[in-house]
Amino acid sequence: MRATSTAPADTTARTGRIGDSPLRPDGVPKVTGEFAYASDLWLDDMIWGVTLRSPHPHARIRSIDVGPALAMAGVYAVLTADDVPGRNRVGLEYDDQPALAEGVVRYQGEPVAIVAADHPEVARQAAKKIVVDYEARPAVTDGRAALDPSAPKVHDDGNLVRHLTIRKGEPLPGAPVVVSLDFEVGMQDQAFLGPESGLAVPAEDGGVDLYVATQWLHVDQRQVCQALGLPPEKVRLTLAGVGGAFGGREDLSMHVHACLLAMHTGKPVKMVYNREESFFGHVHRHPAAMHYEYGADEEGRLRYGKAEIVLDGGAYASSTAAVVGNAGSMGLGPYRFPSVEVDCYGVYTNNPPCGAMRGFGCVQAAFAHEALMDELADRVGKDRVEVRQLNGLREGDENITGQAIDSAAPVAELLARVRDLPMPPPPDKRRDLRDLPGGVANTTHGEGVVRGVGYAVTYKNVGFSEGFDDYSTARVRMEVTGGEPVVTVHTAAAEVGQGLVTVEQQICRTELGVDKVVVHAKDTQVGSGGSTSASRQTYVTGGAVKAACEAVRRKVLDRAAATTGLPLTELRLDGGKVVAATGEVVIALAELLGTDVVEETVEWRHRPTRRLDPATGQGNAHVQYAFSAHRAVVDVDTELGLVKVVALDTAQDVGKAINPAAVIGQIQGGTAQGMGLALMEEIVVEDGKIRNPSFTDYLIPTILDMPRMKIAILEYADPHAPYGVRGVGEPSTISSGPAVAAAIRQATGRALRRVPIRPEHITGTG
Amino acid sequence: MRVTTTVNGETRQADDVWPGESLLYVLRERMGLPGSKNACEQGECGSCTVYLDGVAVCACLVAAGQAEGRDVVTVEGLATGDALHPVQDCLIEAGAVQCGFCTPGLAVAAHDLLARNPQPSDPEIREALAGNLCRCTGYEKVLDAVRLAAERMAATQ
Repeated sequence: MRATSTAPADTTARTGRIGDSPLRPDGVPKVTGEFAYASDLWLDDMIWGVTLRSPHPHARIRSIDVGPALAMAGVYAVLTADDVPGRNRVGLEYDDQPALAEGVVRYQGEPVAIVAADHPEVARQAAKKIVVDYEARPAVTDGRAALDPSAPKVHDDGNLVRHLTIRKGEPLPGAPVVVSLDFEVGMQDQAFLGPESGLAVPAEDGGVDLYVATQWLHVDQRQVCQALGLPPEKVRLTLAGVGGAFGGREDLSMHVHACLLAMHTGKPVKMVYNREESFFGHVHRHPAAMHYEYGADEEGRLRYGKAEIVLDGGAYASSTAAVVGNAGSMGLGPYRFPSVEVDCYGVYTNNPPCGAMRGFGCVQAAFAHEALMDELADRVGKDRVEVRQLNGLREGDENITGQAIDSAAPVAELLARVRDLPMPPPPDKRRDLRDLPGGVANTTHGEGVVRGVGYAVTYKNVGFSEGFDDYSTARVRMEVTGGEPVVTVHTAAAEVGQGLVTVEQQICRTELGVDKVVVHAKDTQVGSGGSTSASRQTYVTGGAVKAACEAVRRKVLDRAAATTGLPLTELRLDGGKVVAATGEVVIALAELLGTDVVEETVEWRHRPTRRLDPATGQGNAHVQYAFSAHRAVVDVDTELGLVKVVALDTAQDVGKAINPAAVIGQIQGGTAQGMGLALMEEIVVEDGKIRNPSFTDYLIPTILDMPRMKIAILEYADPHAPYGVRGVGEPSTISSGPAVAAAIRQATGRALRRVPIRPEHITGTG
Repeated sequence: MRVTTTVNGETRQADDVWPGESLLYVLRERMGLPGSKNACEQGECGSCTVYLDGVAVCACLVAAGQAEGRDVVTVEGLATGDALHPVQDCLIEAGAVQCGFCTPGLAVAAHDLLARNPQPSDPEIREALAGNLCRCTGYEKVLDAVRLAAERMAATQ
């Protein structure tokens, strides 16, 4: 266990192995502009695809006339649902969504038709000429209202996607102290910077090659195959450069559309969403309406927890069922509850579809459970940190689904660590205007500024859950090139910016003792790597790479033992050579292998998880939990309603930091996204329509908004995980926002039961 | 229409440019220079920052015709041969590159800042880069990178 500063990493004396922070292999092309993102792809004879989307949240399509669009010069194709050759359904968990609308549209922005033309502007103008005759229908635009039996049905079988019931312990026990609240969370956007893009190239075998930015090539391939009516060998996907993801690329966007246009025209088709279309082109974080009630004794020891959580999934299911699983099963936070009554609902509405975003259900619940823990502390007259420590999960404790936590659960320690980090200096009356809430745009000189401090602690599952067959595949090859041993690692696991490519290299260097490791392009020519989500790739694909390396190493050492006559158990690989236990070089790999290639492909799984009991919600649903705590210090201008986050410090258990610099990067970036939800980020939806689909009106934190962070890294190895790793991608996104909200509540004395917290909530004028 | 500009020191010409095209589109799609990025195309994110006659601008907000006869430097023009500019080296070394989509714009904006102000304070770095959105890093390593580049450039002068 150790604390890590956020100073720039030492660039000398790097081994490039695990625990080190070697430079990322794609760093140079990314700073020179040569890295090929999905929107940068280009072929001589390519044409451009665009999408016509529904202007209505709910409508019947009476007819579509593509004639005027097709008549335009430069237009190659205009396609609708009638042109989908396979089954016109896609979806991550339920295939409930047409690739192109079929007689009905269920949300504003649903794809209705697609156009290919020789210039993107021609394609856009042509799309405007498609005549769609809509008959508007009543729309369901509120999550709770959607559960009313009299509500209009979004799909024929009703508006409920999933209801998770969790019951544990004595039903409804009394308690001397009861606290409750209602909380709402707005709809957050992933706001990755690289818009949805890709290039589909028709192939001579009647298939298609798709170069696309995604989080999971193989789940895309399955859906594209279904829509195109083609077998997997004819739909080949290659990962193009990904400009961020954060959950927003789990679902398909332009994949099927570009392939349809390419196969129809026989030309390569490029599709690039602009920012406005991007807001309609991917799922968002579910808005949540929550009611919570906790019972405790006079000391603040929890006796029961009750919660009703309603997540608005929008028009199509996407990953709503899994988000419900998370929001429910971890919905009361990392605390011990003898009795539990949780009902978590995911519903269909005619709002924009919602699905995966970093934190995946735990983010919404954390705002409620952390606000209520503060309420409980205040009620029993205890320190807010102490009440959390008193109730915090410890290793061996059962959580609310009855799962015993079988590795570190350092809730109390994380809180202590974050509490004990140095506090920022107190506000200076003569301070720089730039340090005030609102910065230089401020219209006061800080007369009404008050400071507040807030804490939050949360936990999140790592990997896919509830019995999902969660695996990854790695192919590792060792050969001699130019007289030196070279290792090539091939997985389909998507690099989206997090640094998996670096981690794959580090694992190969560590296991095979070879410095030069090439990361093969990510594609469907190797087995599935699973999704780059749920903080799972270092764990699961890392596990697969490690296992494939071990298989290669066994073969190489077997050969070395046979060649040299030395016992296998005394041989290892280091520095490109086979080395004896004494440290003596036995034989160089270049000599041992000659022109031979050693290659192994391994499919690797983590421990199985189980479905939750449908009646009680009990079961070992998750393979691993990751914990983090934040402390926020804010200055709030109570007259202007503006907030300056002065400090946002954190402690997180990462199990084992494979790449400490990348771990810090995940924590800093995740923290910023959580802060964004607390303060500014919301897709405003009125009557089913998005009011702010632009970076002018949807605000994300800038460099002016983020404080420098103090970060305490704990490394309690998980004995069940490769190298002891614990997923690091999401926890910081979950605990940062509730800490910021708590600090603003403390500063202002206002209840603030909704995020993002707007100026008018702080001033009490709205 | 035809647009002729100097890009990274070379005279470049694009034909059949539709008047509605931006400098960004012409660079990316007609001149084979996709380094400048298309994240918002409305001047909010800074990913397409280039120099236009020595002034850092969002290429998405410059009509292609406005670039006629002018001098453009893009992210592709920051390095000298294989030698990266210190700003580029330091973005990598500080860990300020994750997905990297904001990086080309940040590199040009930071390059511009250090040309104007070789020893910027943290508030000055923040002000100069406030128009460059990054969704991955939380910006701290970007600050680290700019400070590191300033130190390195000072040491080599």
